[in-house]
Amino acid sequence: MGAPAISVSQLDHFFGSGEALKQAIFDVNLEVERGKLTILMGPSGSGKTTLLTLMGCLRDVQSGSVLLLGDELREAPETRLVSLRRRLGFIFQAHNLHESLTATQNVLMGLQVHGKGDRTKQRKAARHMLGLVGLSDRLDYLPSSLSGGQKQRVAVARALVSNPEVVFADEPTAALDKESGHTVVKMLKTLGETRGTTTVMVTHDNRILEMADRIITLEEGRVISDEHQT
Amino acid sequence: MNALLERLLGRLPIGWLQLSHNKGRFAAAIAGVAFATLLVLMQLGIQGAMKIGSLMPYSLLNADIIISANDGSTLTDRSNVARARMFQALGVAGVAAGAPAYIGMLEFRQPNGVPTTLQTFGFSVADKAFTTPGVAAKFDQLALENTSLIDTKTRGVDATIFADLEAGTPYPFEVNGQTLTAVDTIKVGGTFAADGTMFISDQTFLRFFGNRTSNAPNHILLKVDEGISPAVVLERLREKFKGQALTIETLDAFAAADLAFQTTERPTGIVFGFGVIMGTIVGIVIVYQVLSTDVANHLREYATFKAMGYDQRFFLGIVTEEAIILAILGYIPGLVASFGLYKVMTMLTSLPVQMDGARIVYVFLGTVIACALSGAIATRRLAAADPADLF
Ligand SMILES: Nc1ncnc2c1ncn2[C@@H]1O[C@H](COP(=O)(O)OP(=O)(O)OP(=O)(O)O)[C@@H](O)[C@H]1O
Ligand SMILES: [Mg+2]
Repeated sequence: MGAPAISVSQLDHFFGSGEALKQAIFDVNLEVERGKLTILMGPSGSGKTTLLTLMGCLRDVQSGSVLLLGDELREAPETRLVSLRRRLGFIFQAHNLHESLTATQNVLMGLQVHGKGDRTKQRKAARHMLGLVGLSDRLDYLPSSLSGGQKQRVAVARALVSNPEVVFADEPTAALDKESGHTVVKMLKTLGETRGTTTVMVTHDNRILEMADRIITLEEGRVISDEHQT
Repeated sequence: MNALLERLLGRLPIGWLQLSHNKGRFAAAIAGVAFATLLVLMQLGIQGAMKIGSLMPYSLLNADIIISANDGSTLTDRSNVARARMFQALGVAGVAAGAPAYIGMLEFRQPNGVPTTLQTFGFSVADKAFTTPGVAAKFDQLALENTSLIDTKTRGVDATIFADLEAGTPYPFEVNGQTLTAVDTIKVGGTFAADGTMFISDQTFLRFFGNRTSNAPNHILLKVDEGISPAVVLERLREKFKGQALTIETLDAFAAADLAFQTTERPTGIVFGFGVIMGTIVGIVIVYQVLSTDVANHLREYATFKAMGYDQRFFLGIVTEEAIILAILGYIPGLVASFGLYKVMTMLTSLPVQMDGARIVYVFLGTVIACALSGAIATRRLAAADPADLF
C-alpha cells in the first residue's frame, strides 16, 4: 500500500520552560496509512491537539521525528514547511473564516495559495466546492450571516477545494449542535473517500467512530490504544 | 473598487476588504492618518513661513556683496557700519557701485488705535538700483520729503486704504509725532518680526530716526563690475579690511547664514523644527497603532492563512496594501484641510504660510513610507510564531 502518509517516531513535546516546563507528548510512535480515516480520541488535555498540530507542521517538532508525505519536519526550513502546508487541508474547532470575505472568497483563499492561475476557473471551482457541501445558495454571504454549521461547511470546502493529500481536523463539530456536526463530519468522510484523501480527525462524535478506519486513543500524552476497524 | 484592486494585485484585495469591512474603524483610521498629515503639514507651513519671512528682506535688495558689522547674525541685530568703508571699498578693483542701506522699525497707530510695526528701509533715491526692480520703478516718488512706499499686505490695516492708494489718493499717517505720507504701494507681506514693510528715502529715514546719522548705515551694499565673479571681489575686500570687525559676504551667503541662524539657533526656529519632528512621530504612532491593532484583531484568520501555506510575503502584502490605502485616503483630506488652514492662518496673521510643491510630494511619500514601515513592523509577530500558537 506504499509509504505511509505520516510516520511519527519517538516523538516528545514540551511546553513552557524552566519551572513551568511541562511534557505534553511522551514517546509517540505511529504510522498513518494513506487514504484512510484515522481518529484521535482521549480525554481533555491528553495531547490530541498537540499531536495533530505537530503532524500537520503547525508546530515546531522538538525531539523525535515526524515524516509527513516523505519529508522530515524536525528542523525543516520555513520554505519547506510552507510548501508542505499547501498540500494539506485544515479544519479547526472554530471555523476561522475570514470575517470580511464572502463564502466564495474564503474558499478561493484555499486555491490562490497555489498561485494566481485563471481567476474565472478558480471562482468556478470554489462555487462547485460550496455546492458539494450544500451551500450553493449562500455563495456570496459573509460569515456573519451564516449559521455555525454553514460556517463550518465553508471551512470544509476551503480545506478540500485544492485536493489536499492529507486533511487534519480538530473537533470540527465542537461548536455545532449534534445534527449539523454530524452532517459536517459525514461530508468530510465522504468527500475524503471519493478523493482518496488521508484524514486525521480529533472527535468525540460516537457516530463518526463507526465510520473510522482506525481509532487511536491518547491519555496523558501517550498512546494507550490503537484499533484498526474493518 | 474590488475588481480593480483584484486585477491590480492578482489576488483577492484582502487588505481593502478587511479595512472596509468595519466602516467605523476604517473611518477612524483614515481620520487618524489625515490628522497626522495635517499636523505635519501645519508645522511645515509655519516653519516655511518663518523661512520665507527671514529671507523676505533679502528679496527686496539687489546687490552682490554686503558689508556689515560682525557682532550679529541677522540683518537687524548688528551695530552700524561706517559709511567710510563704502568709499574704501569703491577703491577696490572690481567694485562697480556701492550704497548705504538704512534699516529700522517704525511703529504707527491706526485710527482704530492698533499699533502697526513696519520694517523700514531707507535708500538714497540715487541708489534705487540696489532695490528690487518692482521697488526701484516706484522709488523716484520718494524724492519728495516724508513720503513712503507701503506694503499692501501689512497685517491688520484696512484694505480700503490700499485700494485708495492704488487709485491715486495718498495716505498720510502719524509716526513719532510727524506725518508720513504713503504715496504708492509694494507687495511684500508680514513676518514674525514686523507687520509689513516700507521704503523711504535716506533723508526721510534720518528725519524719522532722530538718533541715526548718514555716516553710519546698517549695511553697505556693493555691486561688482560686469564679467567678474563676486567671489573674487569678495576675497579682495576681505584682504583689504583684514582685522576689522566686519562681516563681508555675498548677499546670498549672508541670507543663507541668517536663515541657518533663525532655524537652528533661535528658540522660535528650534521650536518649529521640533514641531515638525513631533508631528511626524505622532503621525507614525497613529498609523502604527491602527495597523498593529488591525493585525492583532485578525490574528486567528492570519494564523489560518499561515496554516494553509501562505508565507510572510503574503502578510506583508496585505498590510502594505492596507498601509497604502490608508496613506492615500488619509493624506487627501489632510492635504485639503491644510490648504484651508493655511488660508485661515495667512488671513489671521498675514504670515506667508504657503504650500509648496516639494512639500506636497515629500509629505505624501513620507506618509506612505511611515504607513508601510508601521505595517511591516506590525507583521513581525506573525513571522516568528508557529501557526498553532496563534489560535
Ligand atoms: N500553548 C501551550 N502552552 C502550555 N501548555 C499547553 C499549550 N497547549 C497545550 N498545553 C498543555 O498540553 C497538554 C495537552 O494539550 P492539548 O491541547 O494537546 O490537549 P487536547 O487533548 O487537545 O485537549 P482538548 O480535548 O481539551 O482539546 C495539556 O495539559 C495542555 O494544558
Ligand atoms: Mg484540543
